[in-house]
Amino acid sequence: MSSRIYTVLLADDDPDYLFQVAFYLRKAGYEVVAVESQAEAEQVISKMKPDIAVFDLMMESDDSGFILCYKLKRKYPEVPVILATAVSRETGLTFGLNSGQDREWIRADLYLEKGVRPEQLDLEIKKLLKI
Amino acid sequence: MAQLKILVVDDEPGIRSGVARILGNFHVTYPFMDEDYTYNILEAATGEEGIEIIDREMPDILLLDNKLPGIQGVEVLEYVRKKNYDIVVAMITSYASIDVAVRAHNDGAIDFIPKPFTPQELKASIEQITKQQYLRRITHKLKVEGKKVRFQFLSVLSHELKAPLNAIEGYLKMMHERQMGDSLDEYASAIERSLQRIDSMRHLIMDLLDFTKVSFERQLEKMQNVSLKELVSMAVVTVSPYAIHKDIHFVTDIKGCETIWADPNDFEIIMNNLVSNAVKYNNTGGTVTITVDCNDNEFLLSVSDTGIGMNADEKTMLFEEFSRIKNDKTRNISGSGLGLSIVRKVVELYHGVIKVESIPDKGSVFTVIIPKLQVTNIKAEL
Repeated sequence: MSSRIYTVLLADDDPDYLFQVAFYLRKAGYEVVAVESQAEAEQVISKMKPDIAVFDLMMESDDSGFILCYKLKRKYPEVPVILATAVSRETGLTFGLNSGQDREWIRADLYLEKGVRPEQLDLEIKKLLKI
Repeated sequence: MAQLKILVVDDEPGIRSGVARILGNFHVTYPFMDEDYTYNILEAATGEEGIEIIDREMPDILLLDNKLPGIQGVEVLEYVRKKNYDIVVAMITSYASIDVAVRAHNDGAIDFIPKPFTPQELKASIEQITKQQYLRRITHKLKVEGKKVRFQFLSVLSHELKAPLNAIEGYLKMMHERQMGDSLDEYASAIERSLQRIDSMRHLIMDLLDFTKVSFERQLEKMQNVSLKELVSMAVVTVSPYAIHKDIHFVTDIKGCETIWADPNDFEIIMNNLVSNAVKYNNTGGTVTITVDCNDNEFLLSVSDTGIGMNADEKTMLFEEFSRIKNDKTRNISGSGLGLSIVRKVVELYHGVIKVESIPDKGSVFTVIIPKLQVTNIKAEL
């Protein structure tokens, strides 16, 4: 990793999951801004520009993650976004970013299953940050 | 006013125009239907033409002559069945041929209208068919909706059950890998949080048991005179260990109507949930006030607290399954998000309503209103 410290905006309404992911990312050398809700994430976005964002899908509402993706991309089109959710594993519903149509309305760069190993998340972040 | 499309397939123009004339201003009404039905008549002279119109217009009812110039009526019927169209078919026949009748019946024709028919005969048949079609569709709709609701419930439930497991697993892995160092002290908050998640999972499982206990039909043999006064003191006793810990003070005010005719289990669920919430979401040293009252028509139960309260937005989702208000004040309070949805369901079984008034940081008042008439009716059925 280069000498520069990258900032990750992390939003998840499960405080324990948030703590654990933030812990690993900090250990991996990132600066982490961890928030528990869509509303807090929106406040952060209005004040600062993260290098990358990782959003949970379901927070205050079922589509909080999508809304955050949209808002972040509108303000900072170049900031990569990872959407992490447990939705598909638990409901059997599947959606990803594989078709152009999906990418049009899910404005995330990467879609990850929640519960991804910390090292893999680190790897995916590095790929998106091109470091 | 709803309109059904009727397609008449008959090679005699007189029959077709007759049907159109008779049913043109006919309407069917029935107490269980939301609205009256009227009819729009389509006509076809041959089976081939009929199939074309069926594919294009998708009629609701098909009146089918068997003896047609080209393909026979029963073949049109077979076509409808094969395509699995939602169309009720009645045969119009000029002579009774057992063969045709059996074949048509096997293919799902539900009625036979003998030719020639009087306007009254036709109207009577159409009325029957309309009711059947209506019931079939409503049953189908209910089945589909039921499945959808169950699927949603189960998928949210599985999410709610897995989330604490994932959190605890995450903490255990951290400990296993000694991510925070070798001293157990470093893991104090991880252990504390794990215990909290286990506690909330236990609550969820207990609420689920309540959820299944609420039989969604009243069982008359369980109905009895239930003392509201006793229910209130039982609920207070149940929650008292927690209340003592938080230094909560109870005020109970039984103004009248001490007993209600009900399944005691139902009112235990209502009382216990409201009282334990009033303690859970209260501030240390707060007060919980429980009032039982009635007027000529209604029982009124209210439980108020002096706790964290909620804003209007937070109130809207309050009675939905698995919805929990998430903010800084609720973070360390464990709950399944099922309690109030169960209470609402039980209250609705008694045709009652539950209301909430709340001011953030001042407290909330939950009021359950049960109509007396309903209670008397249940009693009268015995």
